[in-house]
Amino acid sequence: MFKTHKPDRKHLMEVLWDIQKNKRCIESEEIVKVAQAFDMSRIELEGIISFYHFYHFDDAGKYTVYLDTSIIAEHGGRQEIRQAFEEATGTTFGSVTPDLTFGLFDTPCIGLSDQEPACLINFRPFTSLTPQKVFNIVTQLKAGKRPSEICDVPKTNIRYTPPADRTVFFKPYEKFSALAALRDRTPDEIIDTVEQSKLAGYGGAFFPTGKKWRFCRQTPAEKRYVIANADEGEPGTFKDRVLLQTHPELLIEGLIFAAYAVGASEGAIYLRAEYMYLKEELDRLLVEYRRKGFLGKNIPAKTPFEFDLYVHLGAGAYVCGEETALIHSMEGRRGEPGTKEYFPVQKGFLGQPTVVNNVETLSAVPRVFEAGVENWLKVGTAKTPGTKIISVSGDCTNPGIYEIEWGTDFNDFLRMTGARDPKMVQLSGPSGVCVAVAVDPKTGLYLVDGQDRRALSGEDLACGGSFMIFDETRNILKVLKSYSDFFVAESCGLCVPCRTGNFLLNKKLQKLINGHGEKKDLHEITEWSEIIKTTSRCGLGQFSNNSLLLAIDKFPDVIDRALADNTDFNPAFNIETATAEYDRIVEEINANYD
Amino acid sequence: MTKIINITIDGKPIETFEGRNLVDVAKENGIFIPTLCYFRDIPPLATCRICTVKLNGRHTTGCTLRVADGMQIEVNTPELLDNRKAIIEMLYSEGNHFCPSCEKSGKCDMQNLGYDMGITASRYPHAFSHKTIDFNPKRMIMESNRCILCKRCVEEVKTRDGKDVFSFVKRGVKTLVKIDYEEEAKLSESEAMRAMNLCPVGAILVKGMIHEEPFGDRKYDLVGKEVKPKLSGGGLVKKDPNEKFIVATTSLAGCFGCHMSMLDIDTELIDLLEIVEFNKSPLTDIKKFSKRCHIGIVEGGCANSENVEVLKEFRKRCDILVSLGECAIMGGIPAMRNFVSLRECLEEAYLHSRTSELGAHVIPGHEDIPKILNNVYPCTEIVKIDYYIPGCPPSAQHIWKVVRSLLLGEEFSIAHDEFKYD
Repeated sequence: MFKTHKPDRKHLMEVLWDIQKNKRCIESEEIVKVAQAFDMSRIELEGIISFYHFYHFDDAGKYTVYLDTSIIAEHGGRQEIRQAFEEATGTTFGSVTPDLTFGLFDTPCIGLSDQEPACLINFRPFTSLTPQKVFNIVTQLKAGKRPSEICDVPKTNIRYTPPADRTVFFKPYEKFSALAALRDRTPDEIIDTVEQSKLAGYGGAFFPTGKKWRFCRQTPAEKRYVIANADEGEPGTFKDRVLLQTHPELLIEGLIFAAYAVGASEGAIYLRAEYMYLKEELDRLLVEYRRKGFLGKNIPAKTPFEFDLYVHLGAGAYVCGEETALIHSMEGRRGEPGTKEYFPVQKGFLGQPTVVNNVETLSAVPRVFEAGVENWLKVGTAKTPGTKIISVSGDCTNPGIYEIEWGTDFNDFLRMTGARDPKMVQLSGPSGVCVAVAVDPKTGLYLVDGQDRRALSGEDLACGGSFMIFDETRNILKVLKSYSDFFVAESCGLCVPCRTGNFLLNKKLQKLINGHGEKKDLHEITEWSEIIKTTSRCGLGQFSNNSLLLAIDKFPDVIDRALADNTDFNPAFNIETATAEYDRIVEEINANYD
Repeated sequence: MTKIINITIDGKPIETFEGRNLVDVAKENGIFIPTLCYFRDIPPLATCRICTVKLNGRHTTGCTLRVADGMQIEVNTPELLDNRKAIIEMLYSEGNHFCPSCEKSGKCDMQNLGYDMGITASRYPHAFSHKTIDFNPKRMIMESNRCILCKRCVEEVKTRDGKDVFSFVKRGVKTLVKIDYEEEAKLSESEAMRAMNLCPVGAILVKGMIHEEPFGDRKYDLVGKEVKPKLSGGGLVKKDPNEKFIVATTSLAGCFGCHMSMLDIDTELIDLLEIVEFNKSPLTDIKKFSKRCHIGIVEGGCANSENVEVLKEFRKRCDILVSLGECAIMGGIPAMRNFVSLRECLEEAYLHSRTSELGAHVIPGHEDIPKILNNVYPCTEIVKIDYYIPGCPPSAQHIWKVVRSLLLGEEFSIAHDEFKYD
């Protein structure tokens, strides 16, 4: 494979994927070979492999099952499904059957929250699982069917789009049509238009896209890059999956616009491995765009340019959604966030100026040019024009995708989803914010944190995409614990506040759930969360306890119920539990020799 | 030419050159920003987070901050000082830092910061997570129990052909630094020594090159700040002014070394006895509490059911409870068994040890003898502890100052050489 020259490090993950897929693990023999080929030490390579949870050192089974662990899956009946898999295959989660046929593993949200419980088998999706369905799947696989033959096509579940003239994303699009705009505009004019459209990062940070592009363009460099962040890992989010299922061409064209605007000659789509089943179509489209001359050399524009694009597959690491971590991952390194000395537009991929944009943001770009700035600004709110795709999941009748105009009233929206006795809504996923929902007895409208007339917009409730609904019966402490489990599992481990702070907070939450909480625990939770927030290295740590702090504030009854008055004795210490092991050993050993 | 700029640090105006590193600029102006990962000649790593400061009201790390004109920087606000302390405490809790048994003790950057900040005990519970010690490399030992993942070695130690010798492996709480045996063998003696010296703690050790300086002459034995602990309250109140203060002491899973140290206060013992009466204590051989005590001093953690009972009794009978020494504070040397299964411990002690009788087959177990706990617990995980006196053992002066201050409410300070974890 790499006989003549040293291969490019940016292809490292691809090589690892080939080995993982074919051999179901990356064995030490392979590690030695790959390390040699890429001219790195063996331990460095092991460090990279062990960072991503879809790479395995030991055989992961001919059929590798990844079952979603998200709280939405949990509420959807995940435990039953877990049991069914264990019974049907005869092994337990975290291990592989003795004949190496089935490997069962847990994984965080796989972007199918509207059709949970769901799992991936050899990265093919299986949705709306029931125990019966699980037994069927296992039987068929045992009988020699391939996962690709029996998997589901995830439903797009597009529940709502605004009137046709106000819809942005989910309406017919004629491939290549918006690209005509390149013919009579200079790169600077493209950026001007994007700036005028007030397009801002749809990932939730709302950074002005035009500004980002201009920074990149203005940084002197030999080469520039544009990257689409399709590492949609925030639990409860699946909007990018649906965009890629329905309009992948918008993303590709968005990247072509970006490349022309900033002067990039190379680009990539960083696709999370959970969406591997979408890669085939993307690759096929790229061939088509190349054939039509919209990728490659001499792409038609006012100043013709060169640009090409490839799909980079992640390998299971939420933190890679953070742009500097994503760049490191693309460089074939551990997906650790950078030091923040530079923005990617200054020093990004391979040290060159790089634009990283969300899938939704890039997909909106061709629509801006299709509609024209004037029409574009008519939709949405003053600060956030346009529409927003919301992924709704949890306790409601119509989970799925909603394209709404920015500025939509929260009450109206919640009604639309068919929410059932909602108590809490989690906006933008675990790292976002939670809001308390209650019905106003006078008006019958839903109140958000006690207020009415709240809107989903950049000015008010800014939602990055995930919208999880929890009803009256849900245990909020357990929901918060599940968020914490997620951050503990996904912390990159680079800084201690996030790595250990969250681990310790997680234990504290378990203490509360176990009924051993005291008032002083609440004080400690607040204090520790603040420290994690202010000292963590990247957004993962900084936002990891947002919801926890908000929930303490917004659901005092729930938290207070879990707390006893302070005493001089730690209620979590139990002498019987602490001595049980000793009793068992003494009994066993002394009995053996009697 | 580099531009001259003006910034302020904690309100103090400073003139410097644009683009310089904040930690360096602050240091030259007499403001110390502590760091564990930043090393002057290598690019900043921003992993340890201890140098977190506020720039124009926002948190950021000092080591990655290049100064620019008009920056207003806060370094030593109460919040930032406490954050810094919290991070060090978190590092102590996540690793297994048994200073008394560490080769790097006295030369450890983290330990020294702990002294400077007057950290007597971590506010976080000790994780006691099982970590490996790797003796396999040719020249080095990798002691992951002590590693704080600062990443200095990963970034800086390379072979001559540019390959990494150290690497982070796994992620999250499971992250650890591992050594590549093949590449490590290529390092020269001096390159290996450089790796050990880069390590701010005692994680990287070069075999045979560890105990160089004798106790007392080590890097941080002589230089350092005085610690000014704050004890709340203005002394204890007695019902009858003529009555003496009543003190109880005990040694749980400890070695009695702290009690020995207590006796080392020498002639001051006579002063002490003028104001203090000992109740239950091995010093008086009073076995049972006969009255309520003002202060209970506890040496050692809890390794068995009797320790737990005694500790709880102390909590009930004493107004103030003090953890004396490393074992009481964090489990200490006995807690090193927390990484070995209880079964293995008992079998080693009673069945397979060199001194056990041939054919030994009984592990003691009887209702009259205490039961061994699954782990050794720091006192604070069982009862509320009011004050901590660190050390192995704490110096006599340190104990005396704390006790006197608790009794009389006098302000006091502890000299650098009296404040030790080892």
